[in-house]
Amino acid sequence: MSPMRFDVLVEVRPRQGVADPQGQTIERALPALGYVGVAGVRVGKAIRFEVTSDSEDAARAEVEDMCTRFLTNPVIEDSTVSLTPAR
Amino acid sequence: MTVTIGVVQFPGSNCERDVIEAVSGLGATGRLLWHGDSSLGDVDAVVVAGGFAHGDYLRPGAIARFSPVMETVADFARDGGPIVGVCNGFQVLTEAGLLPGALRKNDGLRFLCTTVELRVESTRSVLTSSAEEGAVLRVPINHFEGAFTCDSDTLARLESNDQIVLRYVDNPNGSVADIAGVSNEAGNVVGLMPHPERATSELLGSVDGIPLLRSLVDRAGAVARK
Repeated sequence: MSPMRFDVLVEVRPRQGVADPQGQTIERALPALGYVGVAGVRVGKAIRFEVTSDSEDAARAEVEDMCTRFLTNPVIEDSTVSLTPAR
Repeated sequence: MTVTIGVVQFPGSNCERDVIEAVSGLGATGRLLWHGDSSLGDVDAVVVAGGFAHGDYLRPGAIARFSPVMETVADFARDGGPIVGVCNGFQVLTEAGLLPGALRKNDGLRFLCTTVELRVESTRSVLTSSAEEGAVLRVPINHFEGAFTCDSDTLARLESNDQIVLRYVDNPNGSVADIAGVSNEAGNVVGLMPHPERATSELLGSVDGIPLLRSLVDRAGAVARK
């Protein structure tokens, strides 16, 4: 099996129920600019990198492990992982 | 025999010398512990001081928890050694899993630099054993990500186990249940956002940090005599 390269996007956001002062501030600012229909603003972060692995499953497992141990604090943050084969 | 308090210094810490100065005033010896060292030497207690460990990149404490010294700090905690994390040190201890909950950004996204009133909620912890329950202490805070947060199950557990050490009289940051400081279940590991080391002299505006640091020094002394 030849190693495969993946582009990874980890999206980190505050867990449901955890207060998000950044999201609240943005939500309060939007009506002043005329955007009146906006609700549920949450601010997180996007972390992008490349990973080389034997398979997509192995790559995903490794990235999920990184999320739990380091990239997020599971007490207050959730994450979603997207993998696409690198071109 | 003099009690020795080890004070952890990461790249980016900035309160470690203040802690050493403060505990020296109480008759203890403060000793810097470099984050890259994997031994605590013969210290009787550990303070993880405030600042911006490793620049607080990613999240406060996220990188610091992997510093070599943290493994020995965790062993020291398991053996019942007294440990206090102040401000960034509190964030480091929650990231390391030595304390429950987490610290999020303050309500209103405000960096807070002021003096607040704290109520001593429990005298079971190493930071409050020589303080008086219900006492109100004036201690400075200096933080942006200082709102303690945890889920409702954890909060119920903290309440029933008497792990809430200090509460804000007037909540400045949106902290859950006004919590300013918590301990682990055994009470030997404590984290708090306020800075007791900055309230140790009338010249600094308050001496109310003394009963807290005195508790730690007393407990360290009890450990040392064993």
